[in-house]
Amino acid sequence: MHIIISLTVSFLAVFGLVVIAFVGVWGAHLEWLFGVVIPYLAAITFFVGIVYRVIQWGKSPVPFRIPSTCGQQKTLPWIKRSYVDKLDNPFTTGGVVCRMILEVLCFRSLFRNTRLEFGDGKEIKYKSAKWLWLGAMAFHYTFLVVILRHLRFFTEPMPFFVKIIENVDGFFQFFLPTVYQSGLLLGAAVTFLLLRRIIDGKLRYISLPADYFPLFMILGLVTTGVLTRYVFKADVVSIKELTMGLVAFHPVIPEGISVIFYIHLFLVSVFFAYFPFSKLTHMAGVFLSPTRNVSNNTRVVRHINPWNYPVKVHTYEAYEDEFREKMKDAGLPVDKE
Amino acid sequence: MPVDLKQKDVMGGHRKDEVLDIDHSPSFFKRGWMNTPVDILPSMHCFACEPARLKVVDFPNPRQWSVMDEDWKLPKDWNKIVMDAFGDRLDRFRTLKLFMDICVRCGACADKCHFFIGSADPKNMPVMRAELIRSVYRRNYTIAGKVFGKLAGARDLTYDVLKEWWYYLYQCSECRRCSVFCPYGIDTADITIIGRELTNLLGLNIDWIAAPVAFCYRTGNHLGIQPHAYKGMLEFFQDELEDVTGVRVEPSYNRKGAEVLFITPSGDVFADPGTFTCMGYMALFHELGIDITWSTYASEGGNFGLFTSHEMMKRLNSKMYLEAKRLGVKWILGGECGHMWRVINQYMATMNYDLTEGTKLETPVSPITGTRFENSSGTKMVHICEFTADLIRHGKLKLDPSRNDNLKVTYHDSCNPARAMGLMEEPRYVINNVCNHFYEMPPTTIREQTFCCGGGSGLNAGEDVELRMRGGLPRANAVRYVHDKYGVNMLSCICAIDRAVFPDLMKYWVPECEVTGVHEMVANAMVLEGEKKRTVDYRGEPLPGMEDAEDV
Amino acid sequence: MSSIMSLADLLAQKKSPIVKKWCEVVVQTYPEGGQSFLKTKKNQFSNPVGHTIAEGIESIYDELLKGAKSDKIPLSIDNILRVRAVQDFFPSRAVDFVFGLKKVIRKELGKEILKEGISEEWAEFESRIDDLALLSFDVYMQCRQKVFDIRVSAVKNQSHKLLKMAGLAYDLPENYESPDYEGGLKEGQTHLSE
Repeated sequence: MHIIISLTVSFLAVFGLVVIAFVGVWGAHLEWLFGVVIPYLAAITFFVGIVYRVIQWGKSPVPFRIPSTCGQQKTLPWIKRSYVDKLDNPFTTGGVVCRMILEVLCFRSLFRNTRLEFGDGKEIKYKSAKWLWLGAMAFHYTFLVVILRHLRFFTEPMPFFVKIIENVDGFFQFFLPTVYQSGLLLGAAVTFLLLRRIIDGKLRYISLPADYFPLFMILGLVTTGVLTRYVFKADVVSIKELTMGLVAFHPVIPEGISVIFYIHLFLVSVFFAYFPFSKLTHMAGVFLSPTRNVSNNTRVVRHINPWNYPVKVHTYEAYEDEFREKMKDAGLPVDKE
Repeated sequence: MPVDLKQKDVMGGHRKDEVLDIDHSPSFFKRGWMNTPVDILPSMHCFACEPARLKVVDFPNPRQWSVMDEDWKLPKDWNKIVMDAFGDRLDRFRTLKLFMDICVRCGACADKCHFFIGSADPKNMPVMRAELIRSVYRRNYTIAGKVFGKLAGARDLTYDVLKEWWYYLYQCSECRRCSVFCPYGIDTADITIIGRELTNLLGLNIDWIAAPVAFCYRTGNHLGIQPHAYKGMLEFFQDELEDVTGVRVEPSYNRKGAEVLFITPSGDVFADPGTFTCMGYMALFHELGIDITWSTYASEGGNFGLFTSHEMMKRLNSKMYLEAKRLGVKWILGGECGHMWRVINQYMATMNYDLTEGTKLETPVSPITGTRFENSSGTKMVHICEFTADLIRHGKLKLDPSRNDNLKVTYHDSCNPARAMGLMEEPRYVINNVCNHFYEMPPTTIREQTFCCGGGSGLNAGEDVELRMRGGLPRANAVRYVHDKYGVNMLSCICAIDRAVFPDLMKYWVPECEVTGVHEMVANAMVLEGEKKRTVDYRGEPLPGMEDAEDV
Repeated sequence: MSSIMSLADLLAQKKSPIVKKWCEVVVQTYPEGGQSFLKTKKNQFSNPVGHTIAEGIESIYDELLKGAKSDKIPLSIDNILRVRAVQDFFPSRAVDFVFGLKKVIRKELGKEILKEGISEEWAEFESRIDDLALLSFDVYMQCRQKVFDIRVSAVKNQSHKLLKMAGLAYDLPENYESPDYEGGLKEGQTHLSE
């Protein structure tokens, strides 16, 4: 897809969403629609969609065990297997669990992205290309923190960990209200991931609007969130009234909530509704990946393929029938004289 | 230009229309990949399959066709055939369904493919190879693709798209290097395997795969060697071995009641330098005096069915257990081969374990050391490197590694034993015990990060040399490095396709380096009972220190 | 000040931008999506093509400046063309980056090389580039020849092996000794009549 078109389309899409929310709330006063109906629909779409997705994937069986083995297989007892081997080429379920934990929480495979570089002269250096890993880690974890932080709007009393996160996240109390670093880091990480797609020719070549759109979406989320909190200094108490109403299935629309909040909420809603139908489902899919989540023990334990069916084979009898004379002449044993 | 450069049959050159342009026009304004139709180049693909090959194995749509022709003579309802089969595969393979959905195009795999590294053709990036198929998936199976079409990265399966699929599916060597770096473990090899399965429904295989498949089905091996000729080849090796060592080995064939069945790729029997490895096996079995038999019916370790379809793989693989049953052996020993071991490790028991019913197969036990190979208690197949490593570990081989002192050896991890099995230490242990000069290539080019030889998955035909030369460049480049640094002159490997591909690759990139199987070096170092004074190695070249000996 | 500078000085002074642009000329002959990858030239193992281009171009430029016949040029040009000979290039396209150097230099030193004194030097330098182009074509053909050889020998080996297996081909014994007979050549004798 042409980069200019891709960028334009995805940017306009996000911009369009902002405009819709603005017009809807500021012009048409559809607070109920944007504050209650759409968030509910989005939440339903998100949960039903993800479950549907996982069920769909789950319906297709795993006919063969094809883990990517990235270490020594378990063979003879004296062949050394380090912890790395046991994780990257797991024989036991425990090993698989550990491999998956590393993969899901630490992006183990991305971390592998090492490169050999040539320094000055003939010296060889190991330099790793960890930027993508770092960007991805920063992006996902700050996103997680931001989401957890938002639990304050949906719980009463707040769980202890939300308080802890808020304290840690807002450690540098330069401004009032407290500036959370996670939001800024998230913005920076998304910007990095976006620039990477635009600047690197390889990525520019493979990127689709579906790659730019979520990035613009998240940038939109961060921007409207920051505006809501820091610039327009939204009425937190009213907002919490609204969100708690949603959680308690007792929706209310309190007075005095600024339009920017509705825009933020609308973007969040669209983002969650979009989630199950896009590449963002990798969040759920990574757990199901058959090259990572099975053990490499198929020389010991038979893996069952549910649709394994009998096939036509060329039997020895047919083979001997074709070559019997030649075999006898060559002194090879035959079953039928 | 005076010549008509429109004809492409001279050689490649699809960038002929561009003039040398120093002002770097910003590539922002170039066409995207979906609007860049495939340009099939003659030296980058293998020839189309002959109809006879397909008829032997009852494959659909056999016909004479040519890749360079406009018209591939497809059946009328080709689109429906492919799309129906695609849907069927989505229902049968979670891999395919998941890999179609979850790629985020992060680009981690992009520069990991040897074909991309060697060609800079962006459609050889693993992510793109999959996107070619994914775009059709989106169009047919996702809402966004149905509604937004190209904007959602979706497109219909047109004749051109089908050709593009074909062209790039047969430029993937199924080596799985990209899957190591993918954060979701997306395995392009699996996508390629299933993609090729679809092309096979239209009779669109390449001859270099279809012929071995047909031969293997009828004669038991890829090369179509008939039983008497198979025996003849081994007899020829018997003579050669006797010339070199003074010892007459006596292999047995199709022998009922043997303890062990030995199966190795037929390339070892037919093509240099694999033949020397084959002689190595024979010397080893003779020296150990084990009760082992060769089979002419199951005379192929490799399985080009893997490169055709899951069903064909199963059909060819079944011979191993069928022959084990007929001969009544207790276990099977497998020779040095790459994709053979992928099939044995990841597919064999799942596909064909039912066939072991009524056999005498049991958990393999080394008759020499008594070691029980618990790690193969399911498949009942032991890799010869495991077997030999165990022998050496127990001191059962009399070795004189100095016979390999003229060799400075490096070791190439073949893709499949590395990334679809994890056989990495055994070969190294063996090599270190049979030769004194061993040097590893740089760490990012070995073990699980090993580079393909460029000819895996049936791409080692005569007509696509250029494809292989550039696909093998990353591997050759690492060999070049250890050659320059340590004087490495021997590239060892445990794969028959490697042994077929590397000699040419080396001729082009590192002419000073030769190619060997691990068991050729084992046998050369082995001191046989009753051997004559050794002066030459298995290739008839003088042993170190014997350059002036009379025999030479 | 500039009038004292010779072309060689100018070329040495502007080496870095010229080499960079010349590399770009080579890289631009590759497909668009792959170009950025080739420019990450530092990775010898993960990007052998880009590395070869970058290293080769710089070394060729250095040697061209030295002027004298250099043995390094054939090696560097071989490294680059050995890669290009197995990629999708027409022969003309495979070697045309050599002429690209002229354009790059003209662009970089446009006014200076027209000045008196330097223009003669430039003409001489241009002919050096022409020589390089001729050499490139030879090297390119050698590489292609190698590919053809590989093709032919593969077929030859296989068919010979088949004939041998079929018992159709006669294999010359390796240690052939001519049978001794009276009146044979004695040591040192080259002709029977001697």
